[in-house]
Amino acid sequence: MKPLELYVHIPFCVRKCKYCDFLSAPAAEQERQSYVESLCEEIRFFGNLAEAYRVVSIFVGGGTPSILEPEQMEAVFAAVRDTFFVAPDAEITVEMNPGTVDEKKLLTYRRIGVNRLSIGLQSADNGELMRLGRIHTFEEFLCTWHLVRAAGFHNVNVDLMSAVPGQTVRSWERTLRTVAELKPEHISAYSLIIEEGTPFFEKYGDGRCEGDRLPDEDEERLMYYRTKEILEEYGYHRYEISNYAREGCECRHNLGYWERAEYLGIGAGAASLMNNRRWTTGEEPQDLSREEQMEEFMFLGLRKTAGVSKAVFEQQFGCTPESIYGAVILRLTALGLLKDADGYLRLSERGIDVSNSVMSEFLLS
Amino acid sequence: MAGIDQKKIRNFCIIAHIDHGKSTLADRIIEMTGLLTSREMQSQVLDNMELERERGITIKAQAVRIVYRAKDGEEYIFNLIDTPGHVDFNYEVSRSLAACDGAILVVDAAQGVEAQTLANVYLALDHDLDVMPVINKIDLPSAEPERVMAEIEDVIGIEAMDAPQISAKTGLNVENVLEQIVEKIPAPDGDADAPLQALIFDSLYDSYKGVIVFCRIKEGTVKKGTPILMMATGARAEVVEVGYFGAGQFIPCEELGAGMVGYITASLKNVKDTRVGDTITNAEQPCEEPLPGYKKVNPMVYCGMYPADGAKYPDLRDALEKLQLNDASLQFEPETSIALGFGFRCGFLGLLHLEIIQERLEREYNLDLVTTAPGVIYKVYKTNGEVIELTNPSNLPDPSEIEYMEEPVVKAEIMVTSEFIGAIMDLCQERRGIYDGMEYIEETRAVLRYHLPLNEIIYDFFDALKSRSRGYASFDYELDGYVRSELVKLDILINKEEVDALSFIVHAQTAYERGRRMCERLKEEIPRQLFEIPIQAAIGSKIIARETVKAMRKDVLAKCYGGDITRKKKLLEKQKEGKKRMRQVGNVEIPQKAFMSVLKLDDK
Repeated sequence: MKPLELYVHIPFCVRKCKYCDFLSAPAAEQERQSYVESLCEEIRFFGNLAEAYRVVSIFVGGGTPSILEPEQMEAVFAAVRDTFFVAPDAEITVEMNPGTVDEKKLLTYRRIGVNRLSIGLQSADNGELMRLGRIHTFEEFLCTWHLVRAAGFHNVNVDLMSAVPGQTVRSWERTLRTVAELKPEHISAYSLIIEEGTPFFEKYGDGRCEGDRLPDEDEERLMYYRTKEILEEYGYHRYEISNYAREGCECRHNLGYWERAEYLGIGAGAASLMNNRRWTTGEEPQDLSREEQMEEFMFLGLRKTAGVSKAVFEQQFGCTPESIYGAVILRLTALGLLKDADGYLRLSERGIDVSNSVMSEFLLS
Repeated sequence: MAGIDQKKIRNFCIIAHIDHGKSTLADRIIEMTGLLTSREMQSQVLDNMELERERGITIKAQAVRIVYRAKDGEEYIFNLIDTPGHVDFNYEVSRSLAACDGAILVVDAAQGVEAQTLANVYLALDHDLDVMPVINKIDLPSAEPERVMAEIEDVIGIEAMDAPQISAKTGLNVENVLEQIVEKIPAPDGDADAPLQALIFDSLYDSYKGVIVFCRIKEGTVKKGTPILMMATGARAEVVEVGYFGAGQFIPCEELGAGMVGYITASLKNVKDTRVGDTITNAEQPCEEPLPGYKKVNPMVYCGMYPADGAKYPDLRDALEKLQLNDASLQFEPETSIALGFGFRCGFLGLLHLEIIQERLEREYNLDLVTTAPGVIYKVYKTNGEVIELTNPSNLPDPSEIEYMEEPVVKAEIMVTSEFIGAIMDLCQERRGIYDGMEYIEETRAVLRYHLPLNEIIYDFFDALKSRSRGYASFDYELDGYVRSELVKLDILINKEEVDALSFIVHAQTAYERGRRMCERLKEEIPRQLFEIPIQAAIGSKIIARETVKAMRKDVLAKCYGGDITRKKKLLEKQKEGKKRMRQVGNVEIPQKAFMSVLKLDDK
């Protein structure tokens, strides 16, 4: 049986954050219930396909999946297990926000096999949290954190966000240290992107600046460099552009995305990649040509600090990366943006700063 | 068309300063003589090309025959020849004038006599034309017809007191113009039985008929079957068709006799055979001498034209060949640039001509072009006695082989109100002008005369003139030979590599300033890239200016939208698409418009 990753999307939240452009919105209980029911139906629909696969990871993301009632989450997992063979050592993650779980929910999660939690904190500074439009304070996060540990979860991620309005390098460093002191197994540290269609875009998009100022490019990069330095002090290593983990606690599900593992997305707007065919729920599937597969292999793989393995490239495509990208590789290495060592191609620190430009070089058309 | 009484023919043109209403008057005359009903009228009938209509200027000469029933009860045939209205096409103007017997001078009732008015009138008088003034735009609140009439008499020295006061726009008093044409413009002369002598004033390529030659028959008669000879080019052919110009169409007729204006087709394949100004005669019964005034027009301004997409090189060649069919003054030959690949060095009559060709290539042939800075023809006198006519700065020999260089200069006349004289003199000074005198034509207006190097006026002199005189100065010039000059080649190095397409020739005095501004401009045009890019200006091996495009600081996508890779890829594709619109020179991506930067050096 081939390995498969499952992603389940829960598009509900308590209140939409000002920067959020994910498919998520507040909804009434009745709406959530009918969504869960159709979600279970959708899962069961994949019964035939499921036979060839062994599920190696499940990620319930959102939105705020923890907003669901424990029974609803149970129903979803029941549908999954009825339909798919879930490997005993599968990594099973549920995303949650502070203030949306209690002991009962957490114990339910344990019982249905959830072994990893991802908590959206974003900042340890209450002023920053307020400006982001988050629903919680840092103190409320701490309560949730202790509940989570008490419930016996030993693989927990905390999401943080840099370059948010009003943030300084100092306040970011404080957030990092405060969180690292709690010793979560994993920390995701993204920098804020102002996306079109969000309230933040109205305020800050296209160089606009109302209210609190956004850190500039230099400050943002400094925050990024400090993240790595500080988290290394606490025993974390960076394994992807924005992800840090204690040894052995890397998120296997997300690594699958970078390594082009097969994954099936279930629920509204969820993305899938199976059999070199990509689709988003409700949209036309797109078959990937060999060139497109190569492009993806490169630009996704380069997100990992380990880089892309030349041997794996050769094994998948029957030719060396040099035969396709020789000139690009030479140029980027000469510019000090790419490192070519030990059979791997990886971004240099400077290459990470301008990774979009570097990755776009690997597009073939 | 036998039987037309020569006395009933009037061949004339309309001359005017730009915007004084030349085309509008032509439209009105055509409309009032009933050649077209107003429903058929498209504004400015004679300006056929889309571009001409947009820019409101005439690029090619056009002609039209109109029948007018005058108050004396007789029918007259008017041949109205519309002349190009720009200094770039001065020679074409002079040939169109030579095809006429008289000229209507249109002067704006508010603005009065302008530099171009003067230049055009002198040109008309040089051709012995009777000039008949018309005061236009009298419907404007600021119109001062009396003052303008006095000005015409004082400045030009022709009688203007009975000039029709009209509004070509509303049609007011245009009738008077028609009557005066009959009275004041002389009928042509010439002997229909003499050996053929016809002046070519334009030609047009038609894919069915071949070249259609526009001509004025001075002597003799031409009809189907006449064996003809172009006296300057030596081309021979047999006439297939003769005819005259309807509105927007060619109307065949039996024959064209002395005094008439019309067209000839003779299955000629190339407009190069039918040069404007050449004389057509009967090959078997030639006239003794060609008509005076023919000259081969040579381009004055050169630039490199390259397809933005290198694969479109053959398309560009085809398009240039097609345009050349109708435009004998357009020249081009293949050249190669390290930075831009394969393209053409093209020669034009002037900057307007260049812009027109460039726009037509882009619009009518859908080509995306990269154009290098225009330059003039320099004469390079080498130490070994050889003389080179340099059209491409890259071909400048090593300084050690150069004895000296010469550049073309023009005699310029600038008409300006007295409050701006100082500003305009400063401008001419900056452009290395040599003062040649000034005359007041009335209390508040003067004509300034300057000798100016052509390369100082080809880019933006006209714009600078307008902006420093709040639009009031007008300008006209003619070529006045070559003078010795201290010229140097300014090279631009981007990321330490010389970019040949950015080199230009400049006077030694202004080289530092130009180099500095060129670097500043390029710094603005070249986007930040993955590494720092030095931009340097150099004369020989000496760097005279430097700017730096800092490396891109940050370009990273922190999150990856879950498994939604499509979104991420679209972002990368957009990035790559942006690069495609640039030229790769060494490691640096240079936007196409950067190659025209030198043109904008004087923007403030």
